[in-house]
Amino acid sequence: MIVSMTLELKDIPGQLVLALSPISELHGNIMSVVHQHEEKTPRGTIPVQITFEIDQHALNELIERLENSGVRVARVGEERLRSSVSVVLIGHIIHSDIGDTIERIDSTGFAEVVDLSLSMPAIEKTSSAYLVINAIGEKELKKSLEILRGVAEKKDLLMIEPIRLNSEAT
Amino acid sequence: MKTVRLSIIGFGAVGQGVARSILSKHDYLHKHGIDLRVVGISDSGGCEVDTGGVDLKKAIDRKKQTGTVAADSEIDFDLISDVDHDIVVEATPTNIKDGEPGLGNMLSAFQSGKHVVTSNKGPLALCFAELKEAAEDNGVLFRYEATVGGAIPIFNLIHEALAGNKVVGIEGILNGTTNYILTRMAEERLPYELVLKEAQELGIAEADPTYDVEGIDSACKLVILANSIFGQCATYRDVDVTGITKITPEALELANKNNYVIKLICEASDGRLIVAPRLVPKRHPLSVGGTLNVASILTDLAGRITISGKGAGSIETASSILSDILYVARNS
Repeated sequence: MIVSMTLELKDIPGQLVLALSPISELHGNIMSVVHQHEEKTPRGTIPVQITFEIDQHALNELIERLENSGVRVARVGEERLRSSVSVVLIGHIIHSDIGDTIERIDSTGFAEVVDLSLSMPAIEKTSSAYLVINAIGEKELKKSLEILRGVAEKKDLLMIEPIRLNSEAT
Repeated sequence: MKTVRLSIIGFGAVGQGVARSILSKHDYLHKHGIDLRVVGISDSGGCEVDTGGVDLKKAIDRKKQTGTVAADSEIDFDLISDVDHDIVVEATPTNIKDGEPGLGNMLSAFQSGKHVVTSNKGPLALCFAELKEAAEDNGVLFRYEATVGGAIPIFNLIHEALAGNKVVGIEGILNGTTNYILTRMAEERLPYELVLKEAQELGIAEADPTYDVEGIDSACKLVILANSIFGQCATYRDVDVTGITKITPEALELANKNNYVIKLICEASDGRLIVAPRLVPKRHPLSVGGTLNVASILTDLAGRITISGKGAGSIETASSILSDILYVARNS
């Protein structure tokens, strides 16, 4: 599983190594570390965001080892949704039940609508929406776009997707 | 000095642009050892033929004054097949229903052993394979750089400069009118209808804008690209087309807030042909504004190559036609 954690370190030398070594010891694979030395917490500690891949069974052991070494674990979350796409919808978005439109994506279990901005200029005019969909992987993201395409067609909404070859080229 | 004789069929903006650029490039052409002699010009009103070379300046003036290039409307011969020359420049207006009169003109040119250089999309969007075969059967060249992207040398780039590469896919904006409308809507936060009117007043959109705004023009160009590059036998009816008429200024603003622009994008990959409005990241090379056209070609060796430029205009289109004429002059 992929885990993201916010740790709080004491503002003294050697703390970052103290925080990272237990992850390696438990065969975790560190994917990113954001160390914000300038942004202290009210407690005077320094927050660090780390994302890593680790066996689910090792997670509790890891938290215990971190706390024992004086590193405060402020937040633990599973990074499930790693792929993201933006789309724009145009049409009678509200009257065609935006709740249902979102539910079709959320109910898949592998994708979620994580952002939604709406613009409704006037009652009789068409409205526009900007959506961000996150999914657990690229394959699932494609599938969720397919679902949304079907919903848009049925509800007579124009769906604007990002250019395609772009992502394959980079 | 190599004398190359040609006819110009269709004397509207493009045909006249070709005449003008031949006039203005007289010295340049001579320096390169080529004497371009226009032996005949025709339009819907008739034609003028002079095997010694038509006076192009007079022809342009006559067209302006009388509405036709014809010096004499009583003609009992066919310029394309009956007058001896080398290249037929087919510049009649695009007709997407049956491709005529361009299709007949091109086929009759091939049958009488003449090379064809054209800006006319209709015949190529409908009968690309048939035309290519007719050219090959008669041992003549068929060049159509001006049909897609106006001044942008897209076919030259892919067939000549990128020779050896496999083209994986193409994405681009191939219609200047819709690009202008979407750019203005985004910049000024104006509704579609208003910007369309403005574009019509500026001569960027036609009185009947359907062809552009419903994506038909883009689809035709995409078909020509796909047929030429992937050897497909598609016609414009094979393209999945969505136009821009439903796009709201609010949608453009929401996109803008999230660092996107919305563009009418033509896409050819995996044998699929799609024309649809798409989100383009603002810093992406495809994000060009105004009436510009752009094409991004994804290849196996060179990676991504993006080329942009003016997609329409009399002289700009003539640039591509002249380049094709010179290619034929050098390679025939």
